[in-house]
Amino acid sequence: MKQAVVTVRCAAIALLAFLAGGCDRLVVLNPKGPVADAERGLMIDAFTVMMLVVVPIIVMAFWFAWRYRAGGSARYEPTWAYSVKVDAVVWLIPALIVIAVAVLLWRSTHKLDPYREIASTNPPLDVQVVAQDWKWLFIYPEQGVASVNQLAIPAGRPISLRITSDTVMNSFYVPALAGQIYAMAGMQTRLQILADKPGKFVGRNTQYSGGGFSDQFFEVVAMSQADFDAWVAKAKQAPGKLDPPTYAKLAERSRLNPIVQYSAVEPKLFDTIIDKYTGGHQAHGQTLTAPARR
Amino acid sequence: MFGRLTIEALPFYSAIAASGAAMVVGGALLVAIVITWLKGWVYLWKEWLTSVDHKRIGAMYVILALIMLLRGFVDAIMMRAQQAMALNSGGYLPPEHFDQIFSSHGTIMIFFMAMPFMTGLLNIAVPLQIGTRDVAFPFLNSLSLWLAASGAGLVMISLVIGKFSTAGWTGYPPYSGIQYSPGVGVDYWIWALLISGVGSTLSGINFVVTIIKRRAPGMTLMRMTPFVWTALCTSVLMAFAFPALTVACGLLALDRLLGMHFFTNELGGNMMNYVNLFWIWGHPEVYILILPAFGVFSEVVATFSRKRLFGYESLVYATAAIALLSFTVWLHHFFTMGSSANVNAFFGVTTMVIAVPTGVKVFNWLLTMYRGRITFHPSMLWTVGFVATFVIGGMTGVLLAVPPVDFLMHNTTFLVAHFHNMIIPGVLFGYLAGYMYWFPKAFGFEMNRPWGTAAFWFWIVGFYLAFMPLYVLGLMGMPRRMEQYNDPSWQPWLVAASMGAVLIMIGIACLIMQVIVSIRDRKRNADVTGDPYDGRTLEWATSSPPPVYNFAVLPEVRDREPLLDMKERGVTYAPPSRYHDIEIPKNSPVGVIMGGLSFVFGFAMVWWIWWLAILCGLAMWAVMIWRSSDDETEYVLVAEEVERLEKARYRALEAAKAARS
Repeated sequence: MKQAVVTVRCAAIALLAFLAGGCDRLVVLNPKGPVADAERGLMIDAFTVMMLVVVPIIVMAFWFAWRYRAGGSARYEPTWAYSVKVDAVVWLIPALIVIAVAVLLWRSTHKLDPYREIASTNPPLDVQVVAQDWKWLFIYPEQGVASVNQLAIPAGRPISLRITSDTVMNSFYVPALAGQIYAMAGMQTRLQILADKPGKFVGRNTQYSGGGFSDQFFEVVAMSQADFDAWVAKAKQAPGKLDPPTYAKLAERSRLNPIVQYSAVEPKLFDTIIDKYTGGHQAHGQTLTAPARR
Repeated sequence: MFGRLTIEALPFYSAIAASGAAMVVGGALLVAIVITWLKGWVYLWKEWLTSVDHKRIGAMYVILALIMLLRGFVDAIMMRAQQAMALNSGGYLPPEHFDQIFSSHGTIMIFFMAMPFMTGLLNIAVPLQIGTRDVAFPFLNSLSLWLAASGAGLVMISLVIGKFSTAGWTGYPPYSGIQYSPGVGVDYWIWALLISGVGSTLSGINFVVTIIKRRAPGMTLMRMTPFVWTALCTSVLMAFAFPALTVACGLLALDRLLGMHFFTNELGGNMMNYVNLFWIWGHPEVYILILPAFGVFSEVVATFSRKRLFGYESLVYATAAIALLSFTVWLHHFFTMGSSANVNAFFGVTTMVIAVPTGVKVFNWLLTMYRGRITFHPSMLWTVGFVATFVIGGMTGVLLAVPPVDFLMHNTTFLVAHFHNMIIPGVLFGYLAGYMYWFPKAFGFEMNRPWGTAAFWFWIVGFYLAFMPLYVLGLMGMPRRMEQYNDPSWQPWLVAASMGAVLIMIGIACLIMQVIVSIRDRKRNADVTGDPYDGRTLEWATSSPPPVYNFAVLPEVRDREPLLDMKERGVTYAPPSRYHDIEIPKNSPVGVIMGGLSFVFGFAMVWWIWWLAILCGLAMWAVMIWRSSDDETEYVLVAEEVERLEKARYRALEAAKAARS
């Protein structure tokens, strides 16, 4: 049994590696950070375990259909309709596989909780994310700068994202780095990402949000810490400042916004955006579906 | 006077929208002309539209479903064509049109194709299989049908007057709220679902009562056919789950009409309350649709393997377990909302647990084929194709049940591929198998087999070609519902998927040809015995189509396969010693009238024509009072008449036997 698992697993990895190697574009199978990598590994493990039952079923479907066809010479037992042993096996096989995957599921769900910060010797960088129609705003509270449709991050350093929406529900998704999480007005969700190496990745909204939905993508640029510092310094020189009137203008509907940086950000802008929807009913951090957890 | 309805609502703003409207209007006119030409209106009204006979209601449900399948498929192929060409360009559809199409595709396929198809099969087969004369509440049954048709009518008329929703078939707020979707589209969606949803709740109650109270003598619960078991579980789910949808849509309507804030942030409302309510209906809905298909597969596999179903009791317990568990998994539709790891893990595990009874069922079907004598009637082809394809969808479903994997794949085309991989082989193949299987019972002649076989092959090859690329695209990170895109590596896969849609189109053409050829050859393929497949269950014990009373004398059930048991005891076609008077429910126009009124009511609510809505509401109330005070809803078919009908049948049987020997 164990040998079989190993064999199937090797075959699955070889197949997926072939697909992935043959096509770099399978971004989910070519993760560029530890979170996406762990999520991909989990998918392959679950896939492998299930192949143990999927493949035999497909084979049996065709094999039985052919072997027991009318006019064939195979044995015919019209009243054979029950066997305790067979029944037990039939319940046990799916049950064992489900137990195996369930254990995997329970552990991994806790390990890969998007609210759990990534363990690293580098301190995390906080970035606040706001979904708008139809673009993404990234606020760097420590650096005091902001950026539209471009998320610049230092490679090798955990990024701790706080996400909300200033419009309908969106879903923040950078498949090369981590799975997605919803962005909801009046609420804050969190996500941790980390890029292993410098590189450029695509990020998107995956939750349909109206006419400009197809255009709502952004770029993630992972760079060395030095380059990131230079990026921040350059952003500090940007002509625009994100004060309330500028923000109100930016929040209006627009498509294919060019990448823009802002050299200063209104203090507590992110909290203001959330509070706008809750009318001050909820204290900050006590939002409904996304309580701030440690 | 006309609320917000103005001449602007007509679709002259776009050639594509106008031609869609022309097809709806033209199609309706064509049907009307053909009926008039055949002088069929009186017959249609007397024998079909006002009928409360479960067999006719079932047939009408299936016809409604097949018409809506065509409409839903046109939407599908339009989306595939758009995505195949929309690399760095707008394709041929503007976003607001594309967005209506994906919304109506999902809405139609779930609510107005799958639901009526399922309810139709239940209607045709359940009363016959449990050996009774009709459902428990025949008039209610007619009412449910016309409420479903009225909802379908609202979706269809949105093509001609106004626009449909762009909020997807799930209609998540705040997008579906009045602030972001001020037009009539979401209202069409809401009222179509509210009206047909009430019909589904009533159907569920009707079938629960029918199955519990109306079984033939001797038919204990554990002697019911697997299809009746799945019908029972599905009906229980319908009765419990559909009210949640009605509440969700009703509250959304209040948000939109009266400025309430159940699902918008002001005044403490929350969009995720809607999402929870919607999926508390939505996940059981998946099983509402698929359990009866499982039931069909169980019937078909036993009949065409000429063998007893393997592990009947296991199958029954598996069905009941799935029905119960279906209420415990809804959160897996939104693992990505940011709930805690414990919550996500809990719902992930419950979701996977459902894979156990489902896996058991798959093994049972395989073991029924094992050491059988399999003939490949088209229904059997759909069944084998289902088993081989469904396990792939089940496997990707278990992947998506793992929350961190779902984070990666949610909202991508991988998800779209997964649920089509469940619903096309699981639900639609099952219904088509049931449709071809029970067609002779409903209409008295068998369907053409070669065209059915051709339809199967085009459908299954088309399915693989259309949806396997979507799995790959999901792994490439492509979100669902994109009107255009800028990644050239996606295009070849999207072109392949559109080719798959073309194959499915040919499959649908084969289905249409099958109907035409079967009607042409109806004399040659007549089912004189009522038992074309040497069946095992009670529906094959009566004639095809059955008389209005189904069974002149209710059958005595002594075995799980009552007809086979009767055949073995040699009492199959023994005429009874004497006949009795039979009470039969009278046809009633009230169902059609209520359907018509609810359609106009829904239309008035969509366009804010308040006086008309109030008028329709009052009229519905008056009609129901009138119906409730009608004490003569049944008539008596006297014993002599029953005897005359039955004797004619026995003579035909003798003639058929003589002709064969």
